[in-house]
Amino acid sequence: MIQKDLVEIRFHGRGGQGAVTAANILVAAAWKSGLWGQAFPFFGAERRGAPVVAFARLSRRRVRLHSMIRHPDVVVVLDPKLPKLVNVLEGLKSGGKVVINSASRHDLGKGEYSVYCVDATKIALDLGLVLAGWPLVNTSMLGALAKVLNLPIADVKEAIVEYMGKKKGEVNARAAERAYVEVSVSE
Amino acid sequence: MSEISHILPLSKPKEGISRTGTWRLKKPVIDHSKCVKCMMCWLHCPESTIDVVESSDKFVEVNYDFCKGCGVCANVCPVKAISMVPEG
Amino acid sequence: MKLVVMHLTGNYAVAWAVKLSRVKVVSAYPITPQTTIVEKISEFVESGMMDAKIVRVESEHSALATVFGAASSGVRAFTATSSHGLMYMYEMVWWSAGARVPIVMAIVTRTIGAPWNIWSDHSDFMSQRDTGWLMMFAEHNQEVLDSVIQLFRISEDPRVYLPGMIALDAFILSHTTEPVDIPDQSLVDSFLPGRRQPYTFKSGDPITMGNLPSNPRDNMRMRWDVHKSLVAAKKVITEVDREWSKLTGRSYGGLIECYMCSDAKYFIIGAGAWVGDMREAVDMLRSEGYEVGLIKLRFVRPFPAEELAEVMRGGKGAIVFDRSVSAGSAGPLYLDTVAHLGALNVEVPVKNVIAGIAGVDVTYNDIASVVRSFIEEIESKGVVSNYVEWYFR
Repeated sequence: MIQKDLVEIRFHGRGGQGAVTAANILVAAAWKSGLWGQAFPFFGAERRGAPVVAFARLSRRRVRLHSMIRHPDVVVVLDPKLPKLVNVLEGLKSGGKVVINSASRHDLGKGEYSVYCVDATKIALDLGLVLAGWPLVNTSMLGALAKVLNLPIADVKEAIVEYMGKKKGEVNARAAERAYVEVSVSE
Repeated sequence: MSEISHILPLSKPKEGISRTGTWRLKKPVIDHSKCVKCMMCWLHCPESTIDVVESSDKFVEVNYDFCKGCGVCANVCPVKAISMVPEG
Repeated sequence: MKLVVMHLTGNYAVAWAVKLSRVKVVSAYPITPQTTIVEKISEFVESGMMDAKIVRVESEHSALATVFGAASSGVRAFTATSSHGLMYMYEMVWWSAGARVPIVMAIVTRTIGAPWNIWSDHSDFMSQRDTGWLMMFAEHNQEVLDSVIQLFRISEDPRVYLPGMIALDAFILSHTTEPVDIPDQSLVDSFLPGRRQPYTFKSGDPITMGNLPSNPRDNMRMRWDVHKSLVAAKKVITEVDREWSKLTGRSYGGLIECYMCSDAKYFIIGAGAWVGDMREAVDMLRSEGYEVGLIKLRFVRPFPAEELAEVMRGGKGAIVFDRSVSAGSAGPLYLDTVAHLGALNVEVPVKNVIAGIAGVDVTYNDIASVVRSFIEEIESKGVVSNYVEWYFR
């Protein structure tokens, strides 16, 4: 039977916002807690600013699947405006979770899913995480996701530093930790 | 390496497996008294059949075993020292 | 043994394997989705982690010609391409096999146009099947890394002495990150000694390669020798898999890998990254009571005919999944399978499913549903009605 403990995650972002990087760091962090992970982009060309998706699978054993994820357990939305452009809830499993970059309000409506909000944009701006005019929210969203997935934040911080190097990594790790603390279930 | 027993498409080049001189309809004949030693014929021969010999009576000579008689040498000679003579 | 696990895309796994194999010359022309292989190798060379020369060229034809030249002078050489790049290289693909020059090439399988498409199917790779190269597929990124190293060893083995290509699916492996064990350099060095060659090209001692044969019969014998060497490679492939397994604990079965086959009545046959989804489909069908097994074709040249026959003899049916098609006939894996099984007197009805063409996503659910209806049909009617089925989800 299909592996029971498999968690499938879909990231919604914009080209250049680091959704693929977030998926990659997630699997590296999960490895530290003994989880086998697989991360992949949407198969195709990506353009800066355009809506993009990235995926990750986590499990206690090797993931054998290589097909696309159609029914994610968790959806991560890096940009609060994306739900207006694409259906971020598409295929989300009943009882699934959405983690969205949003102060408290969101446009996701109500259904058989729970919504977690974190103001990743504010965290990024507070910490000076800005590149070419864009707040860099991917590592904050990773921190919030760690909370929702019950992954140790220490592993996420370590994986961020390993991926980005000490200088960039440490401030991004701080962003992740803040989001981990600040993320809350939306009523 | 003796452990390889395959038939490899390798060969050692040797001079003149095929005597292309027999293909000729006309042969280049050099008038050495006109020759100015410019080596244009040597440079242009497509089969490399003109050798620079630098002896007392001639500067270049044609290797008739391989010359196909194409006439390029006669054509490029700036002093018209080479004529194409029909084979007898 | 020191064990290092890195999270690598399939393309980076190729680059790491090339580095570990101490390749000396790399030449390639960029094409999506192959590009990041050579980008990573360039990084290794630039940072001094790898001692190799990268030759920039203006086309794939020149890339393989350069690698061919380097390899025939006696050094280990590598190239990689995809789809249209491979098409452009085609003449040199034949020439490299005919000239018996061991080379390793990674093919990141991508649909061939028209129309333009960068997603995975196996048309580019499978269209090379008559060339005389060793041809293998990888299922996941660990197998990519292990197989590239193994392929250098098999290709350079004196009993084989032919170039080899490995297929990894575009994006599905090439751009997907998975944990990969990086073997220790000393382990790879002991497994893969320096390249040896029975001749050397050097100035003052000219050798002609591929000159006009004085007799066409010599030429025919050369082609026969290419064929015989591919057949002889079966033994080498099995030995190499066994040795690698001793060193690393990882075996892929050599030519084929069987999953749940020992008591199976029906078989799924496939190659490439979707084999992982096929494994899930087998588990699913088993839980429903279907006696199904999976045969993963790891090598398609040499074609594992006897190996398949041995597993399938006495079976009740098989489905071959092809991610490419010989238009006007059927899928190439199916054609090889039925031809050899027939000749080896294995009387099992075999159905061909053409799926995943042009990168259409195929999941374990799709695979299971096709297999289910095939088994129902055989059980109720005893024959297959539509023996070449195009599967559109």
